[in-house]
Amino acid sequence: MNYGIVLFHTTASAMQAQKLLTKAGLKGKLVPTPRQFSSDCGIALRFDWEQREQVESSLKSGKVDIAAVHRL
Amino acid sequence: MIYLDNAATSWPKPPEVLKAMTDSLERSGGNPGRSGHRLSIEAAMVVYETREEIASFFNSGDSMGVIFTSNATHALNLAIYGTLRPGDRVVTTSMEHNSVMRPLRDLEKKGVGLKVVPCARDGTLDLSEMAKAITPGTRLVVSVFASNVVGTIMPIAEIASIAHKAGALLLVDAAQAAGALPIDMQEMGIDLLAFTGHKALLGAPGSGGLVVRSGVDTSGITPLMRGGTGSQSELEEHPHFLPDKFESGTPNLVGIASLQAGIRWLKQRGIDAIRWQEKELTHELLEGLCNIPGTKTYGTLDPERCVAIVSFTAEGKTVSEIGLRLDEEHDVLVRVGLHCAPAAHRTIGSFPQGTVRLAPGAFTTRDEVHAAVKAIATVVSS
Repeated sequence: MNYGIVLFHTTASAMQAQKLLTKAGLKGKLVPTPRQFSSDCGIALRFDWEQREQVESSLKSGKVDIAAVHRL
Repeated sequence: MIYLDNAATSWPKPPEVLKAMTDSLERSGGNPGRSGHRLSIEAAMVVYETREEIASFFNSGDSMGVIFTSNATHALNLAIYGTLRPGDRVVTTSMEHNSVMRPLRDLEKKGVGLKVVPCARDGTLDLSEMAKAITPGTRLVVSVFASNVVGTIMPIAEIASIAHKAGALLLVDAAQAAGALPIDMQEMGIDLLAFTGHKALLGAPGSGGLVVRSGVDTSGITPLMRGGTGSQSELEEHPHFLPDKFESGTPNLVGIASLQAGIRWLKQRGIDAIRWQEKELTHELLEGLCNIPGTKTYGTLDPERCVAIVSFTAEGKTVSEIGLRLDEEHDVLVRVGLHCAPAAHRTIGSFPQGTVRLAPGAFTTRDEVHAAVKAIATVVSS
């Protein structure tokens, strides 16, 4: 499986993002931030890379504060 | 037993609140946002959903601006010490609790200019006096929403408009008002709202918060504490974004869960329905007291203009004697004395002896209020 990862500044944003994805019917899982990424927040959101556009637009419309998006 | 001390802390709590507290430890017992495993994430979700619940309940416009604290005092100290610097000017009212007055008197000694606007004997504020006091360059205005001594409700929206014209921030102490009155931060123009969870919000002691209205610039507000936040762990400097800037250390998950359940219970029951019921009970208390010879009741004596708090004294009796006899002989629990608000008691003319305070809550019945009035009549006349 191809995954992407969303990094956040604060845990609160990670929670907000997870709720938005669930609501939008998109797959997403909160995971400990992979160490290869210099992370702001200890929790990151893993998603299916194929759904990248939907995930990003869903987070954007919910005004989630995102630190970065990477491919895993 | 008749519990009329809901202004000190509400009792009993809804069963849903107790269940949420147990659940938070049993089911989502991880450290919120620290570890990334499922229990930590479940706990972080409880915390986050409570932020959303609070932001929506007070219509602050931004759940990231909900800062959890251990009580209203903590939230007020955070806002007051975070905002004011030597040379700044702050304006407040003479009806404040010591959780506002003591930090301000301390800062006054450290070079902050403090103006206390005197209120009338019924606890009401003259807005023209407030307008005179809030000069351009005033940094902060602090006002209680509803007095903890007589319940008097302040004209918060009007104070906000005066404060904003002068370029000042408005900090509101909603310890008694949160959960008892509808509060719309955006409509009223409240910049910072300090609340406690264990009074009318029906949560547990040790829960509370400071709510920052959407759009308020917090860059000039310094945190009270710095420490672990679960974010920017590679840095030894404290983060500057909300809510982490003002929240360090493991949060009170059990208290936060109780707060969420309390607010949900209030929303289900309807805050307007509870307000209506509490106005009825306040009316019954005021009417009952005015028929007892020798008693003096303080405040506006108008249930429309106060929250469910009634203060009285009785000729020839100390308040402590009344309180003790109500408890021991009649199973009626009240709070007597100065209620941590000497300035408010000076204003209403009951300093230093204080008053007997009666505070019905969401679970108080009309029968209980009638029985309490009867007990007071007995105690006062013998």
